[in-house]
Amino acid sequence: MQSFTWNELEVGMELEPLVQPAIEKVQLVKYAGASGDFNPIHTDDETAKKVGLPSVIAHGMLSMGFLAKHAGQIVGTYGFVSRLKVRFSGMVFPGDVLACHAKVTGKDEASRTVDLEVFISRDEGKPLTIGEATLTYY
Amino acid sequence: MLQIEPSVIGTASDPKLFEIEKGAIRAFANAIGDDNPLYTDEDFAKRQGFASLVAPPTFPTTFRLHNPRLQIKAARILHGEQEYRYMRPIVAGDVLQCVSQVVDVYERTGKLGAMTFLVTEIQGHDLAGNLVFTGRSTIIL
Repeated sequence: MQSFTWNELEVGMELEPLVQPAIEKVQLVKYAGASGDFNPIHTDDETAKKVGLPSVIAHGMLSMGFLAKHAGQIVGTYGFVSRLKVRFSGMVFPGDVLACHAKVTGKDEASRTVDLEVFISRDEGKPLTIGEATLTYY
Repeated sequence: MLQIEPSVIGTASDPKLFEIEKGAIRAFANAIGDDNPLYTDEDFAKRQGFASLVAPPTFPTTFRLHNPRLQIKAARILHGEQEYRYMRPIVAGDVLQCVSQVVDVYERTGKLGAMTFLVTEIQGHDLAGNLVFTGRSTIIL
């Protein structure tokens, strides 16, 4: 994945999506351990079914992490992700193949910032996690 | 009916110091599958001018704070929204003083009936007193 300098990004540009490998249950266990979110609906099918879910669901923060990965790759070492805001609207299950999308919506010379609209989709379906990111260039 | 008393608005967790460790950053980046060398290769991060490994933008989710006034009893909790803002990236070796405050509690009626929204904001300052990041979470009960 390529990073983009300040001059390379233009308002309206849609960046190449970042397609994640299929979510695996072991990834959810790893994420629970690394993040400290041990809610068993992410790791234990029995608990998930008791609260009416078909199976374990991925942590929302994992999806946000994928969008952060995408934004971080876009800015590379030319700056940093200074803001990321998301709304979680759809559940993510093991086996899901997620794609992270980003489009440039704004560019401000004075603050050296680029605004992105970002979202995650599964199988070209409607967005599951929608948000905005700001990249601050050095 | 609100699942949480609105009187908790304005209350805060006890402040807590978090020492940012390289191992925790690597484990977190690895769990997400984020192979950005800033998060995993210390020499690379140093060549870019950082003191050590950089933490991924969602790393503050690992900062767990306890607000004694905030009791959540709901059986099912949904994460509605999350935002992080940075003055600068977090770097291994940072010691951040973090506090989480309740900024809002409100009710909305949706497809599943009445839902309570809890909005909290975490702030992290470095030891010199400079704000490094803020995080705003909306939890739905």
